[in-house]
Amino acid sequence: MPVVSMTVNGKAVSADVETRTLLVQYLRENLRLTGTHVGCDTSQCGCCVIHLDGKAVKSCTTLAVQAEGCNVLTIEGLAQPDGPLHPMQEAFRENHGLQCGFCTPGMVMAAVDMVNRKGNELDEQTIRQELDGNLCRCTGYHNIVKAIAAGAKAMKGTSPSA
Amino acid sequence: MYAFTYHRPTTVRQAANLLAKHPEAKLLAGGHSLIPVMKLRLASPSAIIDMNHVEGMSGVEVKGRSVVIGAMTRHFEVAASQTLKDVMPALAGVPGSIGDPHVRHRGTIGGSIANNDPNADYPAAVLGLGATIITNKRRILADDFFTGMFSTALEPEEIITKINFPVAKKSAYQKFKHPASGFALVGVFVSKRGSDIRVAVTGAGSNGVFRVPQFEEALKKRFAPKSIEGIAVSPDGLNTDIHASAEYRAHLIGVLAKRALAAA
Amino acid sequence: MTATGIGAAVRRKEDFRFITGKGQYTDDVTRPGETRAMFVRSPHAHAKIKSIDTAAASGMPGVLEVLTGAELASDKIGNLICGWMINSKDGTPMKMAAHPALAVGKACHVGDAVAVVVAETLAQAKDAAEKVKVDYEVLPAVIDPAKAQSAAAIHELAPNNTIYQWHLGDAKAADAAIKSAKHVTRLDIVNNRLVPNAMEPRVAIGDYDTGTQNFTLWNTTQNPHVARLVIAAFVGMAPEHKLRVIAPDVGGGFGSKIFIYPEEVVCLWASKRVGRPVKWTCDRSEAFVTDAHGRDHVTHAEMAFGDDGKITAIKVKTVANLGAYMSTFSSSVPTYLYATLLSGQYDIPAIYCEVDAVYTNTVPVDAYRGAGRPEATFVVERLVEVGARELGIDPADLRRRNFIKSFPHQTPVIMAYDAGDYNASLKKASEIADVKGFGKRKRDSARVGKLRGLGYSNYIEACGIAPSQAVGSLGAGVGLWESAEVRVNPTGSVEVLTGCHQHGQGHETTFAQVVADRLGIPIDNISIVHGDTDKVQFGMGTYGSRSGAVGISAIVKALDKVEAKAKKVAAFMLEAAEGDIEFKDGKFTVAGTDKAAAWGEVTLNAYIAHKFTGAQLEPGLKEGAFYDPTNFTFPAGCHICEVEIDPETGHTDIVGWTAVDDFGTVINPMIVEGQVHGGVAQGVGQAMLENAVYNSDGQLVSGSFMDYTMPRADDLPSLKVDMTVTKCPGNPLGIKGCGEAGAIAAPAAVINAITDAIGTEDLAMPATSQAVWAAIRRVAKMQQAAE
Repeated sequence: MPVVSMTVNGKAVSADVETRTLLVQYLRENLRLTGTHVGCDTSQCGCCVIHLDGKAVKSCTTLAVQAEGCNVLTIEGLAQPDGPLHPMQEAFRENHGLQCGFCTPGMVMAAVDMVNRKGNELDEQTIRQELDGNLCRCTGYHNIVKAIAAGAKAMKGTSPSA
Repeated sequence: MYAFTYHRPTTVRQAANLLAKHPEAKLLAGGHSLIPVMKLRLASPSAIIDMNHVEGMSGVEVKGRSVVIGAMTRHFEVAASQTLKDVMPALAGVPGSIGDPHVRHRGTIGGSIANNDPNADYPAAVLGLGATIITNKRRILADDFFTGMFSTALEPEEIITKINFPVAKKSAYQKFKHPASGFALVGVFVSKRGSDIRVAVTGAGSNGVFRVPQFEEALKKRFAPKSIEGIAVSPDGLNTDIHASAEYRAHLIGVLAKRALAAA
Repeated sequence: MTATGIGAAVRRKEDFRFITGKGQYTDDVTRPGETRAMFVRSPHAHAKIKSIDTAAASGMPGVLEVLTGAELASDKIGNLICGWMINSKDGTPMKMAAHPALAVGKACHVGDAVAVVVAETLAQAKDAAEKVKVDYEVLPAVIDPAKAQSAAAIHELAPNNTIYQWHLGDAKAADAAIKSAKHVTRLDIVNNRLVPNAMEPRVAIGDYDTGTQNFTLWNTTQNPHVARLVIAAFVGMAPEHKLRVIAPDVGGGFGSKIFIYPEEVVCLWASKRVGRPVKWTCDRSEAFVTDAHGRDHVTHAEMAFGDDGKITAIKVKTVANLGAYMSTFSSSVPTYLYATLLSGQYDIPAIYCEVDAVYTNTVPVDAYRGAGRPEATFVVERLVEVGARELGIDPADLRRRNFIKSFPHQTPVIMAYDAGDYNASLKKASEIADVKGFGKRKRDSARVGKLRGLGYSNYIEACGIAPSQAVGSLGAGVGLWESAEVRVNPTGSVEVLTGCHQHGQGHETTFAQVVADRLGIPIDNISIVHGDTDKVQFGMGTYGSRSGAVGISAIVKALDKVEAKAKKVAAFMLEAAEGDIEFKDGKFTVAGTDKAAAWGEVTLNAYIAHKFTGAQLEPGLKEGAFYDPTNFTFPAGCHICEVEIDPETGHTDIVGWTAVDDFGTVINPMIVEGQVHGGVAQGVGQAMLENAVYNSDGQLVSGSFMDYTMPRADDLPSLKVDMTVTKCPGNPLGIKGCGEAGAIAAPAAVINAITDAIGTEDLAMPATSQAVWAAIRRVAKMQQAAE
């Protein structure tokens, strides 16, 4: 079994894993970072979205060995420990952008990535299109769209992927 | 997923040697077609050869009257390439419509073309522009490359290194999304480069991407929607599934071709 | 209204853990020594199991146990049951076939569990599961519910695959009204089969403690106590007090997590066999063929009209597909949750409904968001809309002419509506949707080659399914009351234990608002405890939009008792007569004096008990209540959908959505609006996108998100949500319930809008682009033929 090392939420981590281990399994089972969820097995739901070297990817469709040497950011690392919430997290709460919470970590990570790519002024149509890779069964997306627009604005001045 | 050995070559030659050594191996590019089928245990490669660390396989370059895209260039890079947008925006638009932002961060042009999913977008652009697929062994014309559903002219130890797209004077891609998967239910790429006129269709054919000669012939007079009005595409040989009948797909080919021509 | 009390849009208390990735869902729970289970499932819709060879699998690395139905039977593990008895017209009871947790003798649907492998790791369990050799003899499969009654029986006890032939209402009266009608509108309707697809797949961890011989089940359930009751009393796993069921954070349910499933039984049983915890996590592909599906009705419906568009009767005949086995509450859905709502919002003198429930070789069908009521609403609202078009009366006007206007109103189908103002919601919705401006918008669309349509849906639903005595008389195996316990701590903070369960509804906030409002204490001093049978008294869980109307009412009852007791304590403290104590804004005062005691002083005194003797008053401040409603509640409203269609491709955009609902008293409007949004999305999904399609061999063709179209952000518009309020007279706060309304209202609104645009009623759900295109083409061909 290869040793796989990477930086997760700013910390160097290392573990022996089978080559067939998915990145999401590595995060959930080896590191016990259970905020990243698995909602499907066909790479569609987006519950598992994390940032790999600053870009949103589906950790259920990435092998852990592929992340060797990479910088991984999960929902648990989005806000500084004991610091305030990330503006996007705060926007989801303020706008009731979540109900059961299961899709939420992936949604928030996708939303932050969206702002990193598209900027702080996001119109409704852009947000809806850019959410193609994230399914939610509870909210009808209405408040998620509102939350992302507000979160994007609130992120003005923050460093990318922070 | 079944167990496999994992290899990380840094050169194309190393990758080819690994392919020779492991006949049941698969190349891993973006992984967004391969890993899902491995997870569902529908594919069982004995070895995975990860192409992500091979140098020099990525980038979009304009060379003379061609655009050359490295096989490992990810969809988001192609979509965002200003160089490409300047010379051929239609091609830049194709990867922008694939999957979703997360998929586009990983998926690659080489992986997409080698997989030749009958509903994938890139094959329409490759065939619709008459591109040349460059491998570690040879150059293959698009017309010879796609040989059927999930099948190509690639030989066992052959690796796509880049794709050369001739710049067309006029081109456009129109896609009608599969409602569930986001693949092309039907996608039509049209182009005009001198007398070379192409209409390539993905998503519809039971053998994968194909050209529409009757449209191409009619467009020789004038490269405009009017030229193909009244020319029907036969539903014979087109796919029927729960989302679209062959008749619907045939109809959409005409509609999308006209819209593409209007946009080109 | 205070900032955190009833009516305030308080931000949710539960959100912090979810937005920081600290939610604890069942799959996030890891037990020491945990093993993993993988099920071997039937690839055939219907097959005799001739033999199962587990030898090769047992010898695979890491494998601890391979179990089949044979071991299950020899360990005397009982079958799963359906807990609602329905009798046929002729009085015979429904035909409930045996449903063992692992198939015995034959498999009855693709995905039916045939064996289970327990191994050290999931990968090992999967590897070994492939080595289990099952010798099947494939049998002919029954898939189409409309043909099930003429096919060979799947279960011997149910000839013609008929589970029951039930009816409700007055056939003679309905027939007579139809015979003498001025006009009869007739529709054939297929209510398409849906897959619930909560984003969190089901998970079960069975954990048997060899020391205490106690079982613990961690489970994605909406009702942990009901799960415990069924697994104890019917499956016979363990006595109720030796089985603890914990439902931690649950990632959506929509009905699908009400039911007791084979996997949770097997994990408990296997845990005892291997002496270690056994965890099963469902893959999405597995969920598609094991989670109970929803809807699946084939219906013929008739509506009779008299003078001036007055509805005189409805007559409905439905075949309901219940799948291969009867799931936990399946029998109730197409009967008492369906036919009882066929009066809609209208004063209809005669109603008759017949329902045949059938077995097919498909996944069991049970309650899915709305459960019976979306099907009823679709029948009624399509009939009214089509009737209006056929009669040349404006659809809103026809509805208005037929609305029930005085309450209480007894319908011919059991229900006694207690309160409502249907005209008010129609009026408000029409204004918000700018119905007046529709003609101009339609012309604008036509100018760019698009079709535009507008559709109404004036739904009614029945929530808070109770009183228990009444539902018992209709066949329910349980009572449908709810419990609450309010535990006041010495320092004045409060824990509320509720038998309801939240899986997205925000109870931790809403319930706390009710307590904060009543006791005048900060909302942060209140915790809502739920989802653990060891902590919480027996309760019925959350489904059927019942938690507000029933669960909160139980809390209010318990708070009444807390206040009464606290007043007694205050009377001793303030040396006043109990009758003179007043309680307001967290303060106890003696009428006519300036004597006062704060909430925290009284709660402390309740526990230190220095001011009274044990003979005078029991120390402590903790009260419980079991609340049984006096009637169903009847949320109702008006949804208006506006669509624009590209006739060349059939692509349909929803360009406007207005919802005006009457949910009675609203505790937290932010959360209630969120429930409407989600419900509408699921209803739009049913109407335009979602379809569980089986081929004739019984393979689920739309068995993944690659083929089953889940609504995406881009498929939906921004929604305009508003309310009207008539309070429910039947419960203390006047709450009606809001969780299912959107899913109930939406499908008819969408189809009414699309059919309005394209000019034909011949359009089935889901109205995909292809279906709309084909319908437009049929209209064009008919017009051509006519010319």
